[in-house]
Amino acid sequence: MPFNLLVFACILYVVFLFAVAFIVERRAQAGRLGWLRSPLVYTLSLSIYCTAWTFYGAVGYAARSGLEFLTIYFGPTLVFIGWWWLLRKLVRIGRQYRVTSIADLISSRFGKSNTLGVIVTVMAVVAATPYIALQLQSVVLSFGVFASVTPDGVSPPDPGSTAIWVAVGLALFTILFGTRNLDAKEQHHGIVTAIAVEAVVKLVALLAVGSFVVWGIADGVGDIIARIDASDLSAWQVEPGRWTGLIFLSAAAVITLPRMFQVMVVENDDEGHLARASWAFPLYLMLMSLFIVPIAVVGLDRLPAGSNPDMFILTLPLAEGQGALAMLVFLGGFSSATSMVIVESIALATMISNHVVIPLWLRLRPKAGAGDDLRLVVLNARRLAIAAVLALGYGYYQISGGSAALAAIGLIAFLGVAQVLPALLAGLFWRGANKNGALLGLLTGFVIWAYTSFLPSFGPGAMLSEAVFTQGLFGLSWLRPQALFGTEGMDPMIHALFWSLTLNVIALCLGSLLTFPAPLERLQGAAFVNVFEGAVGPQRWARGQAEPEALLTMAQRILGEDAALTLFQSAARDQGKDGFLPDPTPAFLDTLEARLSGSVGAATAHAMISQLVGRATVTVEDLMAVASESAQIMEYSAQLEAREAELTRTAGALREANEKLMQLSIQKDAFLSQISHELRTPMTSIRAFSEILTEGDLPPEMVTKYGQIIHDEAKRLTRLLDDLLDLSVLENGTVQLTLELASLQQMLDTALTAARQTRPERSFTIHRDLPSEAIYLKTDADRLTQVFINLISNARKYCDAAEPELRIAVRQRAGRVTIDFIDNGKGIPKESQSLIFEKFARLTDANRAGGAGLGLAICREIMTNLGGSVAYLPGQGGAAFRLTVPLRLEKLAA
Amino acid sequence: MARPKPPLFLARAPYRRRRLRDAARLLPILGLFLLLLPLLWTHGDRTSLSAGDVIYFFLVWLGLIGVAAGFAPGLSSGEGTEEEED
Repeated sequence: MPFNLLVFACILYVVFLFAVAFIVERRAQAGRLGWLRSPLVYTLSLSIYCTAWTFYGAVGYAARSGLEFLTIYFGPTLVFIGWWWLLRKLVRIGRQYRVTSIADLISSRFGKSNTLGVIVTVMAVVAATPYIALQLQSVVLSFGVFASVTPDGVSPPDPGSTAIWVAVGLALFTILFGTRNLDAKEQHHGIVTAIAVEAVVKLVALLAVGSFVVWGIADGVGDIIARIDASDLSAWQVEPGRWTGLIFLSAAAVITLPRMFQVMVVENDDEGHLARASWAFPLYLMLMSLFIVPIAVVGLDRLPAGSNPDMFILTLPLAEGQGALAMLVFLGGFSSATSMVIVESIALATMISNHVVIPLWLRLRPKAGAGDDLRLVVLNARRLAIAAVLALGYGYYQISGGSAALAAIGLIAFLGVAQVLPALLAGLFWRGANKNGALLGLLTGFVIWAYTSFLPSFGPGAMLSEAVFTQGLFGLSWLRPQALFGTEGMDPMIHALFWSLTLNVIALCLGSLLTFPAPLERLQGAAFVNVFEGAVGPQRWARGQAEPEALLTMAQRILGEDAALTLFQSAARDQGKDGFLPDPTPAFLDTLEARLSGSVGAATAHAMISQLVGRATVTVEDLMAVASESAQIMEYSAQLEAREAELTRTAGALREANEKLMQLSIQKDAFLSQISHELRTPMTSIRAFSEILTEGDLPPEMVTKYGQIIHDEAKRLTRLLDDLLDLSVLENGTVQLTLELASLQQMLDTALTAARQTRPERSFTIHRDLPSEAIYLKTDADRLTQVFINLISNARKYCDAAEPELRIAVRQRAGRVTIDFIDNGKGIPKESQSLIFEKFARLTDANRAGGAGLGLAICREIMTNLGGSVAYLPGQGGAAFRLTVPLRLEKLAA
Repeated sequence: MARPKPPLFLARAPYRRRRLRDAARLLPILGLFLLLLPLLWTHGDRTSLSAGDVIYFFLVWLGLIGVAAGFAPGLSSGEGTEEEED
């Protein structure tokens, strides 16, 4: 292939990408992105994970170390299929807090500390430098392959000048598209789409070569399997440590690599895309590695011994005379290198400008006026940073001489950025992680990484002297860079991985446990860890003394005049004000800070606003206020709940009382009508007989008889009225009790004697148990005897047995005495048992013996007054009543 | 900060969604197990690569991708209901 044709193809390809990026940018500005925001583009843009290292290097890796190259893909696969654990939270936080880079995330989480931002930035730049060099190297190598195959007329360029041309070209492309404008959200649709296109080119190129190898050179899948089995590809022995360690390392890298963070979090348009990418991205990785082993096997088989296995993918089609296929592969490799370099340098430039240049600029010129447009400073800083990053990469390429195998450099870079992982994970899942811990962990990890992995990578004698390698730092043998603390015989990569991350984590935990975080750190910690549980008391700003005009001036410096005015006007309108100057309420300051941090990072935005507000941070008191506010709300609602329950209870009680009142009213009416009836019956006969008497001329015996009747009826009336009076006294509780010690036996004797006047013609057999009656009660003896008489009389009156018997049983239990009166009649029917204690309740009129039906009602009232009770005992073979009285009645305090 | 107590038991649909999330969380652990499993294989005196190894890894890989693809729609559809986080 003529070299100039190759250059022409490259330029044509770059122009094509340029056009894609340009058109998409135009559409994005017009707000017509449509399918360009699809999950497909998102997934394809993630493919910058596959750089030229994996494009060319994977085959070389497979040829050297067998299947170990797969670990580089397994890690990301596990991270993505496990997106519910980590990536979901990462993306949510990135979108919610307008995170601009991984340095911004770490700095923002740990109290918007710019120190942390600077440290992460430096680490990322140092780790990325060899990686960018690697991309340049792979492009140069691939150029070299073509040039050496067909030198025709045009002198093949020396690798150094190729590298510099590539670096300059990439810098230009990146600057043109990466720093065209300063968006409030750090997104670059044009570049992302161009990268998606490049991802397709990469994949198609690899699949094309793979298909050619499997079905063109070999004889299909069966043949390839036979060849793999037959090949002496490598003495592949899985080393458990290296296998596991590399899976872990690549998993860590896919989260923390600045360019991965850029496309995965910062450029994310829609959280839903992540769900699709969770399987689509692993699928892409799988397709990328599907043909690696066949290509390596066939390459080892067909190509002359000693040819660079990193270039098999290119040299194999060339050797087979497939120029067009080789061209496609070349473009695929070129795509891998360019897309990686572009995104990496954009991500690094954002970090450098936001965390290094702008803070410095603000410190140097703190009181610059409105005319001083910071946006230009930011953009220029980014342009310079892109150029600087590429220059660094080129420098590393020159120093290292492009000698080392691709895979080794890539892993060193991975391990460098993986040092951010502990701080990141702790920041996302552990509220207790604080700034000092993160600082300690990052520094420790970075130093150990540099000492055990990065510096030794230049080779003995280059950065670290021979003596350090063999005898350790300061001659201390336990400080040898590849055998720290005497761990000899470990694989150098795993050795560095183990020690750097272990000590990193230990330092992080110790620092967090032993120091106390500032209020802002605590606020940010809660906000990040609980990002799915809604806002955490977002009162980051107390109502400050900031001048709205000064805020507007500052916002204009960063957002530009139009954007700043629109923001201020809408905020003013929300506050119900006209014009462009809203009150500096805490809510407005929060909004403003969020907008600014989308452009210059959280730490800078926070610092700028606090300069104007005059109060740098929230205080512990503010935090407590937020906490107690919500606690008060909780308490208040609990009180409300209790009050409501109380109200419900009261309403229930009221309803019951109302029902009782209604019943009482009905009872009273019934009572009145009853009593009139009771009074009327004797009255009627008294009136009738006295009328007869007044007529005179009656025989004297009739007069005597009628007089007797009138007398009896009058007596009955008197008794009735006595009873009523008695009852009313008892019911009102105004009865005077005379408490004394009295013998139960005596009371029963008295009662039996007195009751004998009721139906004296009947002979009753009384069963008593005299010993059990030998009890002295402290009670009102007259009243209790009255109850006894009543019950015994009732038995005499109503017991319908032929040979009536009455049994009186006395029992004493726990300070109470029960006295049962049981006769052998047919008892009281069940449905009437609840009625007998009501006033005027008479079951039958058959044995009416002058009672008004008040007897049992009076009994019940007396017993209540005596602190006892009377109840009907069912199931005793006759009518049975049980009295319960306390053994010693104490006078109530009344 | 105290939050209102989440309900102890859930209806059928949210229950299924939660178990799906559990499954999504467990999937990478299963994946790691399957990818580390070959470390336990004893190769005996055979030291070179066999096609069987390659096929095993790609089958596991494909299986994990397939399961993740099966989970993804259910997971993203329930995402709006954050109140039942965990």
